[in-house]
Amino acid sequence: MINDPKKRHAVSDAPRKRSFKQKLSWFVDHVKNEWQIYLMLAPAIIWFIVFLYKPMYGLQIAFKDYSIFRGVAASPWVGWEHFQTLFGNDQFIRAFWNTIKISALNLLFGFPAPIILALMFNEIINATYKRFAQTIVYLPHFISSVIIAGIVTTAFSPTAGIVNTILEWFGYDSIYFLTKPEWFRPIFVGTGIWQEAGFGSIVFLAAIAGVNPSLYESAVVDGASRWQMMWKITLPCILPTILIMLIIRIGNIMEVSFEMIILLYQPATYVTADVVNTWVYRQGLQNGQYDVAAAAGLFNAVVAFVLVMVANTLSRRYMRTSLW
Amino acid sequence: MAAMNMNLYSRGDKLFAIAVAVLIGLFTAATFYPFIYIAAVSFSSGFAAAAGKVVLTPVEFTMDAYKYILTDSDFWRSYLNTFIYTVGGTLVSLLIIIPAAYALSRPQLIGRRFWNLFAAFTLWFNAGLIPFFLNMRDLNLLDSYFGIIIAFAVNAFNLILLRNFFESLPQSFEEAARMDGANDFQILWKVYVPLSKPAIATITLFCIVSRWNGFFWAMVLLQSQEKIPLQVYLRHTLVTLSDDQEFTATLSSQPYSAESVTAAIIVCSIIPVLIIYPFIQKYFEKGILMGGVKE
Repeated sequence: MINDPKKRHAVSDAPRKRSFKQKLSWFVDHVKNEWQIYLMLAPAIIWFIVFLYKPMYGLQIAFKDYSIFRGVAASPWVGWEHFQTLFGNDQFIRAFWNTIKISALNLLFGFPAPIILALMFNEIINATYKRFAQTIVYLPHFISSVIIAGIVTTAFSPTAGIVNTILEWFGYDSIYFLTKPEWFRPIFVGTGIWQEAGFGSIVFLAAIAGVNPSLYESAVVDGASRWQMMWKITLPCILPTILIMLIIRIGNIMEVSFEMIILLYQPATYVTADVVNTWVYRQGLQNGQYDVAAAAGLFNAVVAFVLVMVANTLSRRYMRTSLW
Repeated sequence: MAAMNMNLYSRGDKLFAIAVAVLIGLFTAATFYPFIYIAAVSFSSGFAAAAGKVVLTPVEFTMDAYKYILTDSDFWRSYLNTFIYTVGGTLVSLLIIIPAAYALSRPQLIGRRFWNLFAAFTLWFNAGLIPFFLNMRDLNLLDSYFGIIIAFAVNAFNLILLRNFFESLPQSFEEAARMDGANDFQILWKVYVPLSKPAIATITLFCIVSRWNGFFWAMVLLQSQEKIPLQVYLRHTLVTLSDDQEFTATLSSQPYSAESVTAAIIVCSIIPVLIIYPFIQKYFEKGILMGGVKE
């Protein structure tokens, strides 16, 4: 009677102070009854081990003189040598600070954008107009980074691009934007806002939808204007959501969308555009310096992990809600 | 809010409403303009496109850039490949994620907390590009259709999202099925899956979008021209068009230019996204909210 519901037992039913034999028989019984859920779980667990946990084992090459022919296990240990190389490498240090700077700019400009957008959407009275505008501003999120980069490259091209065409209308000289280090970050951050602000507003719109309507009703009775209601009711009510999203962003500071950077940068703009992951990509996958690049990747991952943990602790302490 | 009586608005409120409508209009136009611009460039003559004469509508209308692209067999090959990776990858993802989410939602699963953490940990820490790449090489999955499909099949985020949804379902259906002698596979397939259509639609959508747009690992892992997906083909073509002086020189006598061909490729690869976009819109708004997950 494998499927007799009375025979099914939760883990808590496991006998605690019984003999080994009794425990074993309980376990055999459990497996007999519940083998199907373990069979269902197995492919995912195997997948996680093969594709995500095995590379973590491979991370040891960050402390080894890795050679392709010897493999991960047989390569000799070199201790912290690669990390010393890294911290003496100007390009790596630059990439690390660029990561922080680009993330900071993203936080400063990219974080408020969806909040402002959601507040404005909430003030639109005509439902059709609102729906139409939302449909359009969500769209770029679904466009691949290769296409976005293609559009940016075309639009900012020195001879053919619309941006320079407009500059010339106003009598300015055309600028080859994508070769100018000082223009890389504004273009990158601006592209990010263009692509993600609309989609990011969904979370805040949902929070706004959850605000108690009686607050607005009593404010209307008191003669409050829409502007006042936005500042004094909507914004304070969605503050918890804003803080949670902010904490998540802080946890992701090391996660700059490097795919987009690879598509947009060039040697002339490395000075402002190169981030840790793009540096890892060039050193490791293009130049074959696997061990040093893995060390840089490990450094990045550890910093990111610490940030996520700090963010989660902050959230647990101040928002009384754990992110995970 | 929108249901409020318009007559209640003061003059200041009306001005505010108009200002907001205008600002939203500007942002919407700014979001959509690049697509119009690219479409206009793709239908313009090579000379007009290269000289930056296109602003809003095609200049010297021509389809030559499309003729150039649509007669390139590599373009069609890569389109087919993207289709294979998207359909195959999404199916494999669902086949692994749905049963696993069900198992993780069962209270009787031994080590349930551990297995959940085992999955969630991969969201906080990953080994990085190099160990992942070397692992793929050790597994002999470089330059392989199967490698691309299997290596990106599972995502802990989607798994947790679906598990949360399963956990929120009422127990009564399941108990009834259990009384009728249904086993776990039958309960999953006949009770949980039909009840979870919105959640499954959401993760299917996430899988399809990430597969369709996937670029970086396809570029790194695939070497054969005949296996690359559309995004990598696009990238190769864009780089070739803008960097290769010889190519540009041969183009100067042509009715198309690097810019118009680039724009035409972009239009061709956006069209499928635009076609499915209205169908997926109702799901992704729900999906985002289900994504507010806890472990």
